[in-house]
Amino acid sequence: MLVILASLPTLLPRFYVYILAVIFVMALLAMSLNMLVGHGGLFQFHHGAFYGVGAYTAALMLTKTSLPAWMGLVAGPFAAAFVGLVIGVFCVRLNRLYFGMLQISLGSLLWAIAFRWYNVTGGDDGIHGIPLPSLIASSTGAYYCGLILLTLSLLVLYLIYKSPFGATLQAIRDNPERCEAIGIHVRHHQLMAIVIATFFAGISGVLFVVVEGSVFPDLLFWVFSLEVFIMCLLGGWFTFAGPIFGAAIIVSLRTFVGTYTEYWTLILGIMLILLIFFLPEGVWGYLLEKLGGRKHKEYR
Amino acid sequence: MELLQTITLPALGSHLLVGLSRAMILFVVTSGMSLVLGVLRVPNVAHGSLYMIGAFAAFSISHLFGGGPLGFWLALILSPFVVAAVSLIAERSLFCHLYEREHLMLLLFTFALMLILGDLVKMVWGADYRSIMAPEFFRGSVTLFEAPFPRYNLFLLVVGPLVAVGLWLFSNKTRVGKIARAAAVDREMVGAIGINVSWVFAFAFVLGCFLAGLGGALVSPTVSITIGMDHDIIMDAFLIVTIGGLGNMWGAMVGSLIFGITQSFGVLFLPQFAIVFPYLEVVIILIWRPTGLLKSVW
Repeated sequence: MLVILASLPTLLPRFYVYILAVIFVMALLAMSLNMLVGHGGLFQFHHGAFYGVGAYTAALMLTKTSLPAWMGLVAGPFAAAFVGLVIGVFCVRLNRLYFGMLQISLGSLLWAIAFRWYNVTGGDDGIHGIPLPSLIASSTGAYYCGLILLTLSLLVLYLIYKSPFGATLQAIRDNPERCEAIGIHVRHHQLMAIVIATFFAGISGVLFVVVEGSVFPDLLFWVFSLEVFIMCLLGGWFTFAGPIFGAAIIVSLRTFVGTYTEYWTLILGIMLILLIFFLPEGVWGYLLEKLGGRKHKEYR
Repeated sequence: MELLQTITLPALGSHLLVGLSRAMILFVVTSGMSLVLGVLRVPNVAHGSLYMIGAFAAFSISHLFGGGPLGFWLALILSPFVVAAVSLIAERSLFCHLYEREHLMLLLFTFALMLILGDLVKMVWGADYRSIMAPEFFRGSVTLFEAPFPRYNLFLLVVGPLVAVGLWLFSNKTRVGKIARAAAVDREMVGAIGINVSWVFAFAFVLGCFLAGLGGALVSPTVSITIGMDHDIIMDAFLIVTIGGLGNMWGAMVGSLIFGITQSFGVLFLPQFAIVFPYLEVVIILIWRPTGLLKSVW
């Protein structure tokens, strides 16, 4: 699989290489979201905020400071995780929907700042033409960068899911009261999960900068975050690899349906309703179930 | 110094009034959302789309009747019913099969409705800016606090409390309202004593959407009616019902007042960052009181 993916840039036209790189970005973001929603049962409604923080941090450090480029790129995920920590501290004290609402208002706060602080963030125009190191400046370079980051992140996330921490997180999702009763510090685990997930969201934000060479406030807008939600749903909440499929399907549909009709959101909406009615397990979840690849229902 | 000179007592007073009339629009919209949240337990993301449809329907109806005062009043009365019809169709054909699902699915379902309705509005009315005129009687302004205040906004200040009283009477004094409140607390029990909960839900949902449509119709003479109205209002509406206490009508009122007034003062004090204030308030209030200011039914 990896060999095939690694050889694709030599075989495909540049446009497709670019689309694949976009899929990598979205897949990484959707996977980090799913760690919280599918695996942890936390209503992270504004995941795009951390993606945006990662992207803006990298973009600002690359354009406004004279620090080495790699420092800017590395700073993105850490900035996102830091914001995740600060926001998470307040959010984990709240229940379910209130968690989501506090999160969405904090995220919207960040969006509003990115949108209005013209001097620093460029306001609604965003920042364009970000200078990148020559190694990753080309579309092929961005593709390989995405592939490597996605593979590494997948490995790390998989290890986290299989660790005692991952199992505890899942137990908290299924029955928080009982976990509390047997002495697990629920909020600590949730906070930790938020920090990890926002770190990966930050990586995908930096990757966005690498692929697109620009940032704009829409990344932090709540509608975008809900679209990432759809990616997880489409792939399957309770599967590990589902979000990757969801991201791939949404990005390719947007790219190819978007060229035929301006009513792309209508099609997305209809698709979502069909999913909710007929495939609540998601495409990947459904396939796993049909193929019998899943011996026991690992995620719920 | 320049800033301080613009802040005079009359300026504060007139901004307060503008904020209050904005709060009344927000209240009409969010009271409907709060009703749906309270009775059906559904965070309805499509609520803003129904508000937008209400505004566009008001535009079409008032143009159908020549754009005069008659057209305006008919638009105000009829467009909420247009929205109610749309919501009834959506509820009976799709929504009513999903009540047993978890909140997240319901939320995503209403998000799908928002995406669909947004594009349908674009198909029917196009992407242009539209506007309608209030009748002669409401045009112009009166002088309050030594500053001009639009007459139409005075009308809004009357309508908001009327809606609040009407909703209170409905939920406390009528049989359907009492059943709806009971269903909000324990829907199995209400079903067990022989009441068709499904229709109670449908009624509550349609009434909530009716209020969204009413809000859209009421706001239509004061703003330009355009695609994207749904995005503009829905986040505010959600935050308002959250800080008020999910599903609490008076909470929606309190939240709307806070939002409306700080928005208008925000424009006065810090124009560039006025949009930041509502979010900041929600953050502070939720950290202080994790389930909203008033009692939440969730």
